[in-house]
Amino acid sequence: MSPLTLAYLALASALASGVLALGADRYPALLRYGSSILLGICGVFAVFAGAWALIDEAPTTDLLALGLPWLKWHLRLDPLSGFFFAVVGLLVFAISLFAPGYLREYIHPKNRQALSALGLFTGLFVLGMLLVLLADDAFVFMISWELMSVSSYFLVAYQHQHAANRRAAFLYLLMAHIGGLAILLGFGVLSGFGGGFTFGAMRAAELSATWASIAFALAFFGFGMKAGMVPLHAWLPEAHPVAPSHISALMSGVMLKVAIYGLIRVTYDLIGDIQWQWGLVLLIIGSTSTLLGVLYAMLQNNLKRLLAYSSIENIGIILSGLGLSMIFIGTGHKILGVIGLIAALYHILSHALFKGLLFLGAGTIAHATHEYDLNNMGGLIRRMPQTAVFFLIGCLSISGIPLLNGFISEWLTFQTALQAPVLESGVLRSIIPVAAAVLALSAALAAACFVKVYGVAFLGQARSRHAARAREVDVGMRAAMGLLAVLCVLFGIFPSTVISVIDAIPNLLLGAGPPSATARGWLWLTPISPKVASFSAPLVLVGILIFAFISYLLLRKRTVDIRRGHAWDCGFGSLNSRMQYTGTAFSMPIQRIFAPVWDLKEEIEETKNAAQPLHTEGMRHQLQALDRSWSRVYEPIGHLVLVAARRIGMIQTGSIHTYLAYSFFTLILLLWVVT
Amino acid sequence: MIHWLLALAQTLLFIAMAPFLLGWIKRVKCHMQNRAAPSLWQPYRDLGKLFRKHVVLAEQASWIFRSTPYIVFGATVVCAALVPLVAVDLPTAAIADVIVLVAFFSLARFFTALAGMDIGTAFGGMGSSRDMMIGALAEPVLLMAVFTLAMTASTTNLSEATTYTLNSGLVLRPSFIFAMLGLMMVAVAETGRVPVDNPATHLELTMVHEAMILEYSGRHLALIEWAGQIKLMIYMVLVANVFFPWGIATRLEANDLAVGLVAIAAKLVLLGVVLVTWETVMAKMRLFRVPQYLGFAFLLSLLGMLTHVVLETGG
Repeated sequence: MSPLTLAYLALASALASGVLALGADRYPALLRYGSSILLGICGVFAVFAGAWALIDEAPTTDLLALGLPWLKWHLRLDPLSGFFFAVVGLLVFAISLFAPGYLREYIHPKNRQALSALGLFTGLFVLGMLLVLLADDAFVFMISWELMSVSSYFLVAYQHQHAANRRAAFLYLLMAHIGGLAILLGFGVLSGFGGGFTFGAMRAAELSATWASIAFALAFFGFGMKAGMVPLHAWLPEAHPVAPSHISALMSGVMLKVAIYGLIRVTYDLIGDIQWQWGLVLLIIGSTSTLLGVLYAMLQNNLKRLLAYSSIENIGIILSGLGLSMIFIGTGHKILGVIGLIAALYHILSHALFKGLLFLGAGTIAHATHEYDLNNMGGLIRRMPQTAVFFLIGCLSISGIPLLNGFISEWLTFQTALQAPVLESGVLRSIIPVAAAVLALSAALAAACFVKVYGVAFLGQARSRHAARAREVDVGMRAAMGLLAVLCVLFGIFPSTVISVIDAIPNLLLGAGPPSATARGWLWLTPISPKVASFSAPLVLVGILIFAFISYLLLRKRTVDIRRGHAWDCGFGSLNSRMQYTGTAFSMPIQRIFAPVWDLKEEIEETKNAAQPLHTEGMRHQLQALDRSWSRVYEPIGHLVLVAARRIGMIQTGSIHTYLAYSFFTLILLLWVVT
Repeated sequence: MIHWLLALAQTLLFIAMAPFLLGWIKRVKCHMQNRAAPSLWQPYRDLGKLFRKHVVLAEQASWIFRSTPYIVFGATVVCAALVPLVAVDLPTAAIADVIVLVAFFSLARFFTALAGMDIGTAFGGMGSSRDMMIGALAEPVLLMAVFTLAMTASTTNLSEATTYTLNSGLVLRPSFIFAMLGLMMVAVAETGRVPVDNPATHLELTMVHEAMILEYSGRHLALIEWAGQIKLMIYMVLVANVFFPWGIATRLEANDLAVGLVAIAAKLVLLGVVLVTWETVMAKMRLFRVPQYLGFAFLLSLLGMLTHVVLETGG
């Protein structure tokens, strides 16, 4: 029995869950219960396999008699893949609780969908993600990478009745393949020097600085594309929201992390000799993604689109952490590099938890109200009290509020950035603090963004009939959100315990762990040294609890004298739900300040009565905030490709004579080159 | 144990003195504007009155609205416990650093903004939207100023940073001057004072913080008001003790503590006069001038940071 055996069991359950769902069109219960239970089993096995690999620290490898005749499948489970294995497993387990309740709507005879496709591709998607993490040669890696991409394409295209979804899915597939191509080329460079497709050979390869940089650039482009970094992100907010909500949770919560896994694996493990310039590129692109991601999220009113944009922000934070780590490693400060890496890893874990939670929350709201637009929600805290609590924890966590997990990773990233004075280069010393300031701005904007989400969706009065009639969802869906919410809190209060487990990863990759992060025990988090910075979340929590208890004792007797009355309406009579601030209104000040970031299209229509020209009878306001990367990056490139294709098309005459002539001249040319 | 008790005593002193500081500021302001001044104890009387009054809740108010005053007050008290007031090296300073302090402020802001939107009136939403905008712009400035300090002292622990300034003697650090100016400007914005917000007005078009808490009454309002006073004092103590730490007690002996007490009182009295002068000569800004104001503060903090990097570390 080894961690790898557990991992195989996880893979087998994922596959079985997909296969079992093939009969779901005839027996829907197979999908709702059979497939979901198998997915849950897969999640549990994955968590245990990952945790075992993390604690055990020693990598376990295996050779499977699959694949090419001369290249068997190399599989390996080490702490790095174990960590990601556990993260994927956690989220898969949560969605397996969520799915039975959520899928009820899809099974309803009135709008029956192709259930077998949903179940099959969900299983294959999970299988693909897990297999990517186990891959120990480029061949398995690319096969499982494609399995992950293609099966998630079918999930994005699942509701293909809408043209917009088909378009989003096509764009997703296209981007996944351009990224995949770059990754393949990156592996090509590495295997060219290493003399083999196994990761072991690539690790042993000696690359010159230039070739290492080329390999890094290709891998960064490919994995960054998949992770949704700016300016290549435009596909992400199109594709992630249109999948069913529990699949969106998987895509945003963990599939993006699998891309980050690839980046870490290739850079830290396979290439090995990290140069600080790479870190700088990562830091700059990471900061840009962070800021633009949150600004774009701010103006969305579709909840799932907003969450997808916020994923771009969080990927930016992870990239910034990795960038800092690489800068420090490249300049010879390995210990600080370790802390940066841990900050990034912690954020990977945090983001998987809170983004999974928020997407499941969005799914819950959609299930209960059939609404995705924030401006049609409102007042849900009274209709769905438990969902409201879980969703609030997700919002607090993503905004980097202390005592929740999102804050820990942000704090660690700041601590790493503050070590910039040890660097020799003055440019780096001044760029890093500015990047930290961008991070601070983004965190504050994220808080504004999620106040908007929570305030408009859950507070105030119901803005539509559906929202007014919403009902709390079934126990499985609540349990899924509850599980993730509890984990968000736990990982926020006991960061030292988590870090003492995940420091196996820097031990493996860099041969050094954080020397003092957990030196003072589980109570204290002291990344550099206790004198530089210390944070004890448990003690702060105890302080708050004592304080709350005292104030409860003091004020307990007086809870009776609360009277309910009307809210202040300025004396004009009854307030109605149309008088509340909408999402658009809430984000208007930010929209005005950062106006150049978006392509804003604002339309105001006034309807007037011909008899009384001064009297406006109705007004309609429409605001579209378009992503600039469309007009600046995607459209020019698309245009260029079309023009180039047309030019190249000119040599295609369609006559056999010309093609014979082409072959003849090519042959002559090649002969000439060879001699 | 004695250290923890002292830390507790310092925190209680902090909470108890905050209304007095506000009373002092109001009094000086009245004198400067040729108005009859209220007593120094007026803020205590106001709080006492509010605590005795009944609470009237809006019909739609959810538990978020009811728990926000306690959360805001609690978060502010935690912040007060972290700031060295009379003495450095107290154990509470080690449990969290200045980044956590800023984050606790944002916790308080998050819940106040949610409470503003809870009732579903236009005022609440307006206040929340504006306050989150100001907060989003102020937080990076605050952190930049703090980072300048943290990089100079190579610590984010407030007590350690104060000790560092104390030990380095009377040296002129250009970076500190910039950082201090940035911090003061952002403190004015964060505590809702003129020219960013006006705590004394309930005019629809201008109010920000007051709009969010318009629906509060009785002890809820008292807690929020008190938290606001503590927050103002935290910022003033930060400026006073981190940039001018002289007088603060480094040993926990009666003499030193007495000197520390007198020193911080004198510093706060002086800073209060500075704040009042600033508020008297400035006029309230339009809301969309605030980003420029905070942009300027950001520039100052950034300059401080760059001055530190370029001039003070060499290389």
